[in-house]
Amino acid sequence: MIVRELELDLDAFEGPFDLLLTLVLKEELELGDIDIAGIVVRFVERLAEREELDLDACGEFLVLVAALLELKARGLFEDEAAELADLEPEEAAEELARRLAEYRRMKEAAGWLAERLEGERDRFFRIGPAPLAPQPERKLAPQQPDQLAEVIRLLAKEPPVVSLNHMALRFPPVSQFLTRFRALLQRRSRFDFDAELDGLSRAEQAVAFLALLELRRVDEITISQAAPFAPIRVIRTGEESAAADERTTAWTVRSA
Amino acid sequence: MDRPLRLVTANPLDQLARTLEALLVVASAPLPVEELVAATDDDPERVEMALGLLSERYREGRSGIVLEQVAGGWAFRASRDAAEACGRLFERPVQRGLSQASLETLAIVAYLGPVTRPEIARIRGVAADSAVAGLVERGLIAEAGRDDGVGGAIKYRATPLFERVFGLESLSQLPRLDDVAGDVDELRERLHAVADQRSA
Repeated sequence: MIVRELELDLDAFEGPFDLLLTLVLKEELELGDIDIAGIVVRFVERLAEREELDLDACGEFLVLVAALLELKARGLFEDEAAELADLEPEEAAEELARRLAEYRRMKEAAGWLAERLEGERDRFFRIGPAPLAPQPERKLAPQQPDQLAEVIRLLAKEPPVVSLNHMALRFPPVSQFLTRFRALLQRRSRFDFDAELDGLSRAEQAVAFLALLELRRVDEITISQAAPFAPIRVIRTGEESAAADERTTAWTVRSA
Repeated sequence: MDRPLRLVTANPLDQLARTLEALLVVASAPLPVEELVAATDDDPERVEMALGLLSERYREGRSGIVLEQVAGGWAFRASRDAAEACGRLFERPVQRGLSQASLETLAIVAYLGPVTRPEIARIRGVAADSAVAGLVERGLIAEAGRDDGVGGAIKYRATPLFERVFGLESLSQLPRLDDVAGDVDELRERLHAVADQRSA
């Protein structure tokens, strides 16, 4: 299928695609009047009529239509075209021709390579890891020895000793807190658990809490808390006031 | 030209030729004359003569092994008569064909290399990344340093394997491409005609 022979029937133009291109190039036809989508539709119809997909034709068509679209876009947006067109028309034409020529040559070269490859199909030879192949040289940026020394000095410095304090947690016996809380409860009927823990280490606080649970288990105290994370109130068994009961109920209901 | 082997044996170059034979059979890539000279520790002219003798002995139609000048050096390959049998047992480096995009990219690297990927893309008008990656994987092109400009894009060149696969002594054996310019001149004229009208 030859793209240039594609017959077009558009509002502004009727005839083969090639003639359209020629007229556009000669500026005898205003590209702004041409419905390029119509060309695409016509091409796709022609393509659909054929059983096989002609990739070469599709490629050529895409290149031509892309070029047309670009020309049309530049024609429609004069201002932007002026910005882009730093080159004089002659220069632009020369540049375009140079690029097309270069690509054409490479396409020819690719064709030659394809033929050559086919002709050399019966070449068999030993290939190895090619130990003799030259390795590309990687250039180093200019180096500053002073900076290197500075960095190495930093690395050579003795690192600070890592603290192992957390490895040896010392847990005081639970009994210590049991004794302490019982003594406290003999003096006062109630106390604030959080206030009692003031100034203790984390580990000691944990043990104190275990002691609290132990006292609750043996039913020596009642524990109440107004809300999660609120201060824990400890009350000697038998001393619960109506107020405390209310508060406990209130929290239970709220949290339920 | 079919000299009896006795004459070759009587040749004082025979010992040198045998050493060269040994070097070439061990090599997995073509050996340049300079390397053969260095390895044999002999006179370059005598090495060339001995290679001439060997390539006569190992030539197509006379031997199953053929000595040829390829990829800038000397190398053994299988004779073309044995290609069918070889094909049953071995795979060629480019067994599967190359796509049009790969061939065009390969042509650009072979003719203009070392070139960067942006340069290839500029000529072809489309990105060349996957084509380049495929050719590198096949060993037909390889990295050849970096561009000096900002960013330092990687440059690529054709490899000795490319020359071997395509049976080229060197890249200078690639055909000149100036002869295909006819079409282009016509195109240039048309473009210039448009340009003249624009500027008028």
